[in-house]
Amino acid sequence: MSDGRATSPTFADVTRDVARTLEPPGNLYFSWMSVVALILTAGILAWAGQIWWGMGMAGKRVPQMWAMYITSFVFWIGIGHAGTLISAILYLFRARWRTSIYRAAEAMTIFAVMTAGLFPLIHAGRMWFAYYLLPYPNQRSLWPNFRSPLVWDVFAISTYLSISTVFFIVGLIPDIAALRDVSTGWRRRVYAMLALGWEGADSQWRHYRRAYGLLAALATPLVLSVHSVVSWDFAMALVPGWHSTLFAPFFVDGAIFSGFAMVLILVLPMRHFFRLHAYIQEKHLDAMGKLILVTGLVLTYFYLCEIFTSLYSGDDIEKASLFWKVTKTYAWALWLMYFCNCVSPLVLFWKKARTSPVVLYVVSILVLIGMWFERFNIIVPSLGHDFYPYTWGIYYPSPTDTMIVIGSFAWFFILFLGFIRVMPSLSVVEVKETLPPPMRDPTHAGRH
Amino acid sequence: MPDATETIVGVFAHVDTTVRALEELRAKGYRDLTVYTPVPVHEIEEVLERDRPVSRVRLFTLIGGLTGIASAFLLTIWTSLIWGLVTGGKYLQFGPGGIVGSSLPPFVIIAFELMVLFGGIATVIGLVVLGRLPRFRPSATFDPRFTNDRFGIAIHCAPGRSGSVREILRTAGAEDVPA
Repeated sequence: MSDGRATSPTFADVTRDVARTLEPPGNLYFSWMSVVALILTAGILAWAGQIWWGMGMAGKRVPQMWAMYITSFVFWIGIGHAGTLISAILYLFRARWRTSIYRAAEAMTIFAVMTAGLFPLIHAGRMWFAYYLLPYPNQRSLWPNFRSPLVWDVFAISTYLSISTVFFIVGLIPDIAALRDVSTGWRRRVYAMLALGWEGADSQWRHYRRAYGLLAALATPLVLSVHSVVSWDFAMALVPGWHSTLFAPFFVDGAIFSGFAMVLILVLPMRHFFRLHAYIQEKHLDAMGKLILVTGLVLTYFYLCEIFTSLYSGDDIEKASLFWKVTKTYAWALWLMYFCNCVSPLVLFWKKARTSPVVLYVVSILVLIGMWFERFNIIVPSLGHDFYPYTWGIYYPSPTDTMIVIGSFAWFFILFLGFIRVMPSLSVVEVKETLPPPMRDPTHAGRH
Repeated sequence: MPDATETIVGVFAHVDTTVRALEELRAKGYRDLTVYTPVPVHEIEEVLERDRPVSRVRLFTLIGGLTGIASAFLLTIWTSLIWGLVTGGKYLQFGPGGIVGSSLPPFVIIAFELMVLFGGIATVIGLVVLGRLPRFRPSATFDPRFTNDRFGIAIHCAPGRSGSVREILRTAGAEDVPA
């Protein structure tokens, strides 16, 4: 079973192996959970402190009002791109390597967007007024300004979260039905409820297939639009370093780049601990490595464009802002970003590196660090050095906002760790679809 | 009319035998079939979809998407008219000769998002309605093996024909034809 190429697994193997991942977990799992829960608790306490004592706890001072919260917001939204890219765009392109990783990636997307969604609330301070963001009927006839990119963001992100969740749930239905029919006791009852009575009849599959294709077609432009809209939060403003038409593709590419890194960070341990080597094979790692390499190279190109457009703008303020970024207070963050995002993925030019879990893991961590700092470099140095010297200012992180940002990682991982133990983290149906269908007469074995 | 028809189920282990049985049954004029598969199988769909219209889920998607676009423009234009917020010199207001101003382009973004949102949700509603979900108890012909690794054909036929149906299923290569 460890070597999938010798004998390909049968349909029954897939059901059994996925059901095996849902067996009661051991001590290792619970110790991970405890560590993550502790960090999350610290993050929640920090947030409670910020609510009690006020936003000053988070080191918010003019002009650095966005700082780490919006950095982390953009970072997490970016992470949330890989899942729907894999499940929608690669589905339409019929990229068959996606099948074994897409469920984990979709779950990751939803949890990442749920994490990202916390930051505008945390950042707003009095988050119990968060419903002001939504257009709701009120007696004073006050409505949001639909010309504001921040309102577009509300629509883009809530649509993205809803559609990703819907897509995820629709994909889960036949899988849960398969698990229902091999499990017993209370699990069976819960799965029976969640599967909505799915039986795999032709009258169900024909609508299901059509619906899935349509959802993929709707989600495809959505994936590209979400980070474009997020990028317009910046690009629509006049701040030097932000006001650029480059931002939408630049953000989308960076999002896919960081999203794939996060997929690898989650899938590689899953493959190891659940012994899924027969399903998540070296060719899958290879394909993901290639995607990280390509998006990394495109990102390098965008970085060069960004520098070039600044230098070529003929705008002294723009050039001064660039010079300050590259050489002064935050230069270390910029050069760290260039190293992590432009240099470290280059190792993936070698096939050996693309198939080595250790190398992929290290590159993925570097990429995530680099991509977090990319958003930091866009937000903090740009706000710190805009048009007038009297508005310049340096941002210092405080224990409160640092702990909240670290806590957001714990929140994300606790959701994911919980998910992989109650739901199939490998798609039963889609993995079976990529296997050769059982034929009695082997001459018919060729697909289509 | 519970005893007007009889129901026979054939359990198959292979795709090619299932397809053979389906072709045979259709040739003999049995149309009232339900086929259970663990995954959607191209070869089986080809036989079944031959004389069936395309699933109507797409109609739900279309209506949902159009509703999304329409409601987005209604919301943005109507709220701009009653709450006259002028930003960046852009406005949309009631003037002497009707609606004046132009700020439609940003509303296209809202329209796009709501089109996807409503279209997606309508698609799922279509799936639930057309696929007759949720089902609270399994249908009589369902077998738990059908979601794992077996294929099933359930045939509803006139009483007295069950013998010949069983014969067709067995000849085609059914692994099991439960009584």
